[in-house]
Amino acid sequence: MRAGGGGEQQALLRQVLGWRVAASIAWSVLLLPLCTAVFISISSIDLFHPIQWISNSFNDWYTSYVIFCILLMSVVILIISIFNVEFYAVVPSIPCSRLALLGKIIHPRQVIHSVVHAIMGMLVAWCAAVMTKGKFQFLALPCTASESLDGAVQHMCLNEYHLFLLLSGAFMGYNYSLLYLVNNMNYLPFPIIQQYKYLRFRRSLPLLVKRSCVESLYLVRNVCVAHYFFGYIPRAWISTTMDLHTDSKLHPLDTLTGLLDLSLLYHTWLCGVFLLITWHVTWLLFKIYATEAHHFPVQPTFAEETDQCLPKILNSNPPLIIKFLALQDLMLLSQYSPIRRQEVFSLSQPGGHPHNWTAISKECLNLLSDLTQKLIMQQEAAATNGRVKQPSTGELGRSLSSSEAAVKEEMAFQTQRSNVISRAHMPSLVKSSLLPLKALSTSDLGSSFGSPFSSPALNRKAGILDLNSPWHGSVQSPHVMRRGPKLWTSSSDLQMNGSPQASFSMISVARVGNEATQPSFIYTWLQNKQEQVRSFLSKRVLIMYFFSKHPEASIQAVFSDAQMHIWALEGLSRLVAASFTEDRFGVVQTTLPVILNTLLTLQEVVDKHFKLPHASSKPPRISGSLMDTSYKTLRFALRASLKTAIYRITTTFGEHLNAVQVSAEHKKRLQQFLEFKE
Amino acid sequence: MCSLALFPPPPAPGDVTLYECHNALVSGHIYEKLPLAFQDQLADLPVLTIPKETLKAHSRLEHSTKPAFIHHQETLWKRCLNAWRDVGMCGVLNEVANAEEADLQWMKTGSSWALALCHWVSSLHGSLFPHLSLCSEDMIAEFSQAVDWAGCSIRAFAWHPHTSKFAVALLDDSIRVYNTNSATVPILKHRLQRNVASMAWKPLCASILAVACQSCVLVWHLDPTSLSTRPSSGCAQVLAYPGHSPVTSLAWAPSGEMLLSASPVDTAMLVWDVSTENCVPLQWFGGGGVTYLAWSPDGSKVLAATPSAVFRVWEAQMWTCERWPTIKGRCQTGCWSPDGSRLLFTVLGESVIYSLSFSEYSGEMQGQVGGSKTASIVADLSETTFETLYGEARIGGEVHSMVWDPSGERLAALIRGNPETPESRTIVAVFRTRNSPVFELLPCGFLQGEPGAQPQLIAFHPCFKKGALLTVCWSTGRISHIPFFFVSAQVPCFSPSPSPVVALSSSSASVREQPLFSEL
Repeated sequence: MRAGGGGEQQALLRQVLGWRVAASIAWSVLLLPLCTAVFISISSIDLFHPIQWISNSFNDWYTSYVIFCILLMSVVILIISIFNVEFYAVVPSIPCSRLALLGKIIHPRQVIHSVVHAIMGMLVAWCAAVMTKGKFQFLALPCTASESLDGAVQHMCLNEYHLFLLLSGAFMGYNYSLLYLVNNMNYLPFPIIQQYKYLRFRRSLPLLVKRSCVESLYLVRNVCVAHYFFGYIPRAWISTTMDLHTDSKLHPLDTLTGLLDLSLLYHTWLCGVFLLITWHVTWLLFKIYATEAHHFPVQPTFAEETDQCLPKILNSNPPLIIKFLALQDLMLLSQYSPIRRQEVFSLSQPGGHPHNWTAISKECLNLLSDLTQKLIMQQEAAATNGRVKQPSTGELGRSLSSSEAAVKEEMAFQTQRSNVISRAHMPSLVKSSLLPLKALSTSDLGSSFGSPFSSPALNRKAGILDLNSPWHGSVQSPHVMRRGPKLWTSSSDLQMNGSPQASFSMISVARVGNEATQPSFIYTWLQNKQEQVRSFLSKRVLIMYFFSKHPEASIQAVFSDAQMHIWALEGLSRLVAASFTEDRFGVVQTTLPVILNTLLTLQEVVDKHFKLPHASSKPPRISGSLMDTSYKTLRFALRASLKTAIYRITTTFGEHLNAVQVSAEHKKRLQQFLEFKE
Repeated sequence: MCSLALFPPPPAPGDVTLYECHNALVSGHIYEKLPLAFQDQLADLPVLTIPKETLKAHSRLEHSTKPAFIHHQETLWKRCLNAWRDVGMCGVLNEVANAEEADLQWMKTGSSWALALCHWVSSLHGSLFPHLSLCSEDMIAEFSQAVDWAGCSIRAFAWHPHTSKFAVALLDDSIRVYNTNSATVPILKHRLQRNVASMAWKPLCASILAVACQSCVLVWHLDPTSLSTRPSSGCAQVLAYPGHSPVTSLAWAPSGEMLLSASPVDTAMLVWDVSTENCVPLQWFGGGGVTYLAWSPDGSKVLAATPSAVFRVWEAQMWTCERWPTIKGRCQTGCWSPDGSRLLFTVLGESVIYSLSFSEYSGEMQGQVGGSKTASIVADLSETTFETLYGEARIGGEVHSMVWDPSGERLAALIRGNPETPESRTIVAVFRTRNSPVFELLPCGFLQGEPGAQPQLIAFHPCFKKGALLTVCWSTGRISHIPFFFVSAQVPCFSPSPSPVVALSSSSASVREQPLFSEL
């Protein structure tokens, strides 16, 4: 069923995102002439003859050069937009080590991005040079220093100013692409409040202009340094290929006196500002349009709309952005729209089943329990860090049996979801003994994803050992954590098997585990060797520099898609709270115990996560920058909204919650929430 | 229209208003007990007195380490750099203009000229918005909801929205948190916690308190189970934004996700996502700043008063606003009915209460505030002379602050007397209100404290089950609770979420006078 829906989902994506992209491109192209006019006026600024300056710049706006440049730059904007659309992500990818970052930079996709942006930058710089006129306009000029005045042949000389602008344009384009990657500019952050698009644009514009100006300053500095050292290479190359002479009267630009030309620096800076502003505006408009709330119908009015209604979309496996938009819409409808809430609580016409509510609540609970599992696994990974033991045969046997269990799990996969939920009923001791299955599957997955130094079986066994050992509870103590560095844990891989793919990965992992355990002797020997290599490498400084994981980054990676869970929490809790007065058929009551269990379990796990020694308990200070770094603080938002969600339910239902069937442990927890003591 | 002349005369001097029962305010001696039936309702509420004398003054007024060191003349260049970092461009100009070095004559003249230009421009700006020329402490005193912010020992007061817990900000910049269920009184102190103008507890949360300070907003995360009396300053989150100080008003969204903060200096009010410390400025030029914020209990609208004769009502879904120019002065205070359909506000320079009704909120009308065309006057509070057995009492004037109880049945207005006439006094007037099906405002009575005590701050308990409970902070430093016993149609305690308030039969004993203000 899921595979069959691929085509439809692409159509849906195109339908939802298509007009947004088109509108954002149209607006950025429409804004281009305005930017160009401002650029022309400022580039020819003349404070001593203001009237002449204004009339000149008015005249310049209509010249054929400028119109051609605007057309050319529209194409550039179009290409930039296409790259924005191709590269956007709602879940940021966070490199956990320097090596991963390096890998991202030399990834072919990114290389294409950089090269195209460098070319586009050069094009924009060419347009800027042509529009600036004066000494920048042409690449080749007739030589001024004509020693041989016999003059039948007019020598053409290289205009190094023009070349300098072109090179700086390429540099700026490449730099933009690099920063795009490093700052995760492809990440689409959803705004904390809903606002009209125009107001959002107006709000961000001053900051955008300011940041572009400042960034351009730094770029000019870097371009100058680069040109001072390497400027002779492109100059020599161009002049030989195009058979141009060097003007001996002018200072070459790779000297200090040549570079200290104020007009050159000013125009280079202005060209950089122009480039950055137009590109950033394109990027901002795309971001604003793409994150605008979309209104999905809860109940289809026509038969062909069934694929676009909210419960259907949430339950299928659409592209992530559609899922995000759907969850955002769920949050908004639960907050603001009593009429649509009524549709959620309604019963199906023949049969009288609460299909809408079932579908929505099921998906939200799935998301939340997935997060719970992910966090538990991450905590296990953190707990086992540095406490790896040599495997013995007994343990191997045990691991074999557990992998058999994993295969069984594959069979019973359809019921697994309900298992997870029912697991919450059990006291925590029983719960932890059930955990190895899950811990095992991901650690296996992580290693099969090509981390050369981590050993699958070791990880797995460590996980089992910990859970079975009596001091499981104290595992999270900082002493254990700091015992030894580990090159990398599987948490970056944990992130890879984020919720939609989780089902697939579990199955494949179980198979991998089965095969790996059979050749036990060679395997053990390999393990030893691997361990030795690893300990050897971890002592080398340079390698450690590249491989060492930034703890903050790996935590961020775990919570990178937490926005989804925040919306699920808000939507679910608001719907439950609204059901107190609005749910006429009592459809919510049936799921209330499950919802409470899921929320309280997640609350426990999140609490535990924030008690891990390397997890900072406060969000880092965010400076007023253009780049949105909200993905770095999502975990704090998640913690806050989880608590608010539970309080929302407890304050609405009050003492009635005592009648809800939950485990004794959770009952105690609920009581604390009812007394406002959490 | 309701007027003060219809009120029962104030209690006899020396008597203290104790409670309301059967639609009449009962006053008596201060040590008098409540009737037995009601005693258990108030048994554990702390009544306390914090006199000004017990508060320790600042140990040192200067909050920098400068005075501790010997004066040392640095080079001009270094001083300029420091001034740039501390004060900005004006500081540099000032430094250069006052430099003692002789050889920089032209620079000195230049910078003194530039400084003069700066002053002129800022005075021009100040003549447009006179409040900008005040120093920040005067500004807070001007716009605070406390009557005598600068002189009284209690500066701000906030009830927790769900439990019997309140926070009191004191003159010495400390905050005490009293809880009915525990004897520990946490005292909050922080280096940045100076000149507290307002406080607000986060709804749907156990113990998070936002504090509006002179330079920033502090968000205290208190552990409700902790026994410590001095939470460390590590428990406080600092929310600062350039150009956004002093902060004079705070408002949490009733759903607990967002915090609004306002400063009379900043034209933008900030929407904070406190957990991530992100903020979105909602810029709206005109008015010159935002002085007072009130979020409607159903979460749909926000009142934002400005220092000039205009206020705005924002709708909290798409964040668009309606602008309301007033005739005389700035909007001083305002309060919302529980269902968010009616706003009562008062204007400086006029002793009346205005009412503004809004169309029924539903999510389908995106981006519309839906206010009615004009505001109507619902109460006239101009000065009235009461002839009592003990002499003449003159009561009436501008309303300084106004609160509406969560069930929407009692309204308390803190009326500031005329400063010219010594016998007119500041007093709290209580109205009985009804919001549906038609809005009604009926007089209830005046509240009187101990002899010599002036009311300073008023606040309603958010979930008092037997009616309403008004907490009054007096200028003597006393905090007293005055219960109004009546049967309400709804119990507000466990329903912070918007629920249609239908207060049909409001009081048990309907010995009601003729409707004094009614829309019919």
